[in-house]
Amino acid sequence: MKRMLCALLLLLPGLASAQQDSMPSLTGKPGDPTRGRAIVANRSVGLCLLCHSAPIPEERFQGNLAPNLAGSGSRATPDQLRLRVVDAARLNPDTIMPPYYRVDGLTRVARNFQGKTILTAGQIEDVVAYLASLKE
Amino acid sequence: MRSLRLAAVLLAVFTGSLALALAQGDSRHSGYQDMGPALRKMQDDDTANPAMLFVQSGEALWSQKAGAAGKSCADCHQHATVSMKGVAARYPAVAGETGEPVDLEGRINLCRTNHQQAPALATESDELLGLSAYVALQSRGQPIAPPNDVQLAALRAKGAEIFRQRQGQLNLSCANCHDDNPGKKLAGATIPQGHPTGYPIYRLEWQALGSLKRRLRNCVVGTRAEAWPFDAAEYLALESYLMERARGMAMDAPGVRP
Repeated sequence: MKRMLCALLLLLPGLASAQQDSMPSLTGKPGDPTRGRAIVANRSVGLCLLCHSAPIPEERFQGNLAPNLAGSGSRATPDQLRLRVVDAARLNPDTIMPPYYRVDGLTRVARNFQGKTILTAGQIEDVVAYLASLKE
Repeated sequence: MRSLRLAAVLLAVFTGSLALALAQGDSRHSGYQDMGPALRKMQDDDTANPAMLFVQSGEALWSQKAGAAGKSCADCHQHATVSMKGVAARYPAVAGETGEPVDLEGRINLCRTNHQQAPALATESDELLGLSAYVALQSRGQPIAPPNDVQLAALRAKGAEIFRQRQGQLNLSCANCHDDNPGKKLAGATIPQGHPTGYPIYRLEWQALGSLKRRLRNCVVGTRAEAWPFDAAEYLALESYLMERARGMAMDAPGVRP
């Protein structure tokens, strides 16, 4: 009995993460991939190109700290992409990916950013729509 | 007592990791080595390194009498080329007068207020940067050698903690970039290992000379965290930790950085 309970406890985190591999739409409305592309390309809005490279040839100096965004739509579903943008730490607590739609559990946030998410729900949906369009 | 024990543990960890690094071949390098040939040349050539203009004014200040005591730095320390050799490589250190840790700029200002009886020089002022650069130049090529002081060990422990603490809206720690991802590209910039070998630096992005504190502030602001004020203890802790992390590396101040 005790052993079974232990086995069950060991399984729990696995079950939880399986349930949390994706996230439904934040707005219930489809995002706009063109707007999403502009957000990804903008270094002070999306910030994505600081760490990632993306098939946005007019933007020079793209980062290589994180996976290339080309082919994102082939590797993951829109719901999976959304969770990774919203709060990738739910999948990997050690990730360096900033939580784009979370305000809790952060430390010493600058006054002008306190209580604000990096992107709005609508912007997240636009970015997800753009990433989902990047098929290989 | 608790911080003492922590300090002892930390010292053991440092010594251990240093020994390990030496055994495995030291992979640490200055941000100088992450730069292209043009910028390296700019740093190496004293007639092209813009920081040398500050060094010149620092050298002039060195022998200029100041304050109610009417003394210059040279009146006590004579030739900086002799007396200041290796000094910048040892700071932050505990100041004799106060028993408190100070960085090089803090030490210069203690001399101003105590020995020269002159007002402290303003943070990031041309005068303070010039004097720091002139003193730092005398440590060129010298190994970074932080003092083995219990008080500093406690400060380093705090610095190490801050270095690993995620902060700001972007939720990033110093270690996320400078321990875990050096050499990779953050947009167009190569992420350096973050060793304080060249301070004060002439940073092209600033078009000015600036201190390690100013550089740390830039990163803090970049993570969208609240920047500490320039006199905050957090900087001293980080500076102390970074110097320990770079122990044994050669100073290359005053550096040029992108």
